[in-house]
Amino acid sequence: MCGIAGVLDWRGLANPIWSPAPALLADMAATLDHRGPDGRGFLSRPALGLAHTRLAIVDLAGGDQPIFNEDGRIAVVFNGEIFNHVELRAELQAQGHRFATRSDTEVIVHLYEQHGDDFVHRLNGQFAIALWDERDEARQRLLLVRDRVGIAPLHYRLAAHEGEHQLVFGSEAKAILAAMPQAPEVNRRALDQVFTCWSPVGGETLFDGIRSLEPGTLLVAERGRDFALRHRVHRHWDWSFPTSPEGHLQGSDESLLEQVRELLIDATRIRLRADVPVGAYLSGGLDSSILTSLIHHESDAPLRTFSIGFDDPSLDESAHQQRMIDFLGARHSRIDCTSADVGQALVDTVRHTECAVLRTAPVPMRLLSGLVRREGHKVVLTGEGADEVFGGYDLFKEAKVRWFWARQPASSWRPALLKRLYPYLAQGTGRADSFVRGFYGIGLGDPDDPLFSHLPRFDSTSKARIFLADPRPDGESLDAVRALMPADAARWHPMARAQYLEARLLMGNYLLSSQGDRMLMANGVEGRFPFLDHRVIELANRLPQRLKVRGLSEKIGLKLAMGRYLPPQTQARHKQPYRSPDAAALIDPATGRPWPFVSELLSPDAVRRAGHFDADKVNMLLRKTERSATSTGGLATLGSRDNQALVGIVSMQAWHQLFIESHRARPRLGH
Amino acid sequence: MTLRASLRRYVLENHLFTDDETRLKDADSFLETGILDSTGIMELILFIEESQNLKVTDDEMVPENLDSIDNLVAYIERKQAAAS
Repeated sequence: MCGIAGVLDWRGLANPIWSPAPALLADMAATLDHRGPDGRGFLSRPALGLAHTRLAIVDLAGGDQPIFNEDGRIAVVFNGEIFNHVELRAELQAQGHRFATRSDTEVIVHLYEQHGDDFVHRLNGQFAIALWDERDEARQRLLLVRDRVGIAPLHYRLAAHEGEHQLVFGSEAKAILAAMPQAPEVNRRALDQVFTCWSPVGGETLFDGIRSLEPGTLLVAERGRDFALRHRVHRHWDWSFPTSPEGHLQGSDESLLEQVRELLIDATRIRLRADVPVGAYLSGGLDSSILTSLIHHESDAPLRTFSIGFDDPSLDESAHQQRMIDFLGARHSRIDCTSADVGQALVDTVRHTECAVLRTAPVPMRLLSGLVRREGHKVVLTGEGADEVFGGYDLFKEAKVRWFWARQPASSWRPALLKRLYPYLAQGTGRADSFVRGFYGIGLGDPDDPLFSHLPRFDSTSKARIFLADPRPDGESLDAVRALMPADAARWHPMARAQYLEARLLMGNYLLSSQGDRMLMANGVEGRFPFLDHRVIELANRLPQRLKVRGLSEKIGLKLAMGRYLPPQTQARHKQPYRSPDAAALIDPATGRPWPFVSELLSPDAVRRAGHFDADKVNMLLRKTERSATSTGGLATLGSRDNQALVGIVSMQAWHQLFIESHRARPRLGH
Repeated sequence: MTLRASLRRYVLENHLFTDDETRLKDADSFLETGILDSTGIMELILFIEESQNLKVTDDEMVPENLDSIDNLVAYIERKQAAAS
């Protein structure tokens, strides 16, 4: 992976005063140094400036960017990997194209020559691409393309106040901020969304005016009259599911599982292609265990694995990791995190997430990639996506019970099935069920609501909105989520709608970004995701439901297809979701008081100055947290709502300091 | 402080994060208004048990007893009357 950035201003064709200045592009590139420590590349044209910061993984000697086609009139900078570049190159060479490098990047320009904008359909990879086409002087164009699921990030801003003349883009918002003289405004819609569903929705970001180019979409920027910038965004791919039972794959379970297995093996194999050593994340759970096992089978190189350890035994998975390490003979490194470590690293983490977070989970991921770097690795394979694609989350099972319950809302034994999912509910007698009904029964009246599966979670999270100084109207954020659903989703199996929401919202806008790319790239490490190979996704989406959640057992198909690669205890493991200490990271365990950085960020003065939260309420939350910390049960008695609210507020205050206050304070640069 | 006042203050401070009395009406259902979730109920029960020195039994954990300030006051006063 790498970093890309650029500025497009058609007025530069008429008057060089508008041409993007090399000094500006250099400043933008400097903000992306962590993504590409191995090299810099620039392109300068009257209307365009492009910048590239390189993390060298394929064709170390020859792969500097930008890369051009044969006559130099198509140029590309890109962040990511094209895993089928070997096959594409062979095809393109047979079609007469001439290659100057061994880099995977180069297939992009030749594919574009061959197929135009449809080139993206031929790519198997993870990518954020900026492609410049000046073959027709009167119709020069810039394409920005993002991969199907959102592994590589890409942001852009249209300078509306200048009459839509300028397009600025970059892998991370910080590259765009470097081109903005004024501090950005905060996007209040996005803030409300974060406090409802953990991330901004769709293309929103916390920065007003800066958008995320959504996964699976392509932006075309062309010239209008008087050098105006015309742009359109269209979708090149989406998660899609059968609209009828016949639309599912037919055939025996055995033959379907064989296809799953073959595709996963191939998806892994092509992701091992690199000119540097490739490692793997091993949490000890089913997905990473399958992955590391596949790598072991597909590669002669010694298996190198990495993981996180926690001092809190309820979060730690070291024993399960060790089982796989022994099983595969892996050489393993682990970074051990205390709650204090997580707390100390939170603010710097927000500098990379560029967004408030309601969980500290990204923090240990950044510490982990730091370990990978120190151990001399730049690339890791990791198991994200398996739960979304194969139906692994508890939420899917919970949704199944609730749909069943919704058919007879008055039933008293239907909701009792929830106790099989959540053992803590089974404690106490049946009378406590009335409260359970209240929480999990939300939305029971409308099981066709596309958000049905996620309403309990959204409802719980959005309690944190009570702290917002200026919340959006109730329901607005949920409506934004509803608007994500494609038209034919109403005809999908309800489980498919739940998968879509997970994939598009939680995975696309949070897991792959705040917890994924940003945490990896903070230390210049590239992550690769075999479970998110689009062929795997497209196959899995058409698997019959009995091969996803069967009864109340999750990920059946994946377990059956890949079980042979695992020791029995790993196959039988209950899902243990990855969790990181939340409020516990913010409190000094010795005193029960917040760490000094927390007290400063949450001081009534700081909260009022930033203006996002009600200072009195925040103060009460902090006091409640302290009481909890010094109570008999300790911080474990603090509920998840309060944990999320606290982390969300601290991280938002940090965000404000990092991106708004420091922007205002920075010296004016000479452009 | 009366029982009612102490319960109100507990809910306002720990679940509404305010001392503005107008934010909580005695008849408001905690469930319906979303003031408490499942962890909130457990916190409330812990508070009642510790501050009122009584034990909430499993079959007493029902909305009729716990789901509003009015219900809580009635329930606790009944328990205390029965104990004496």
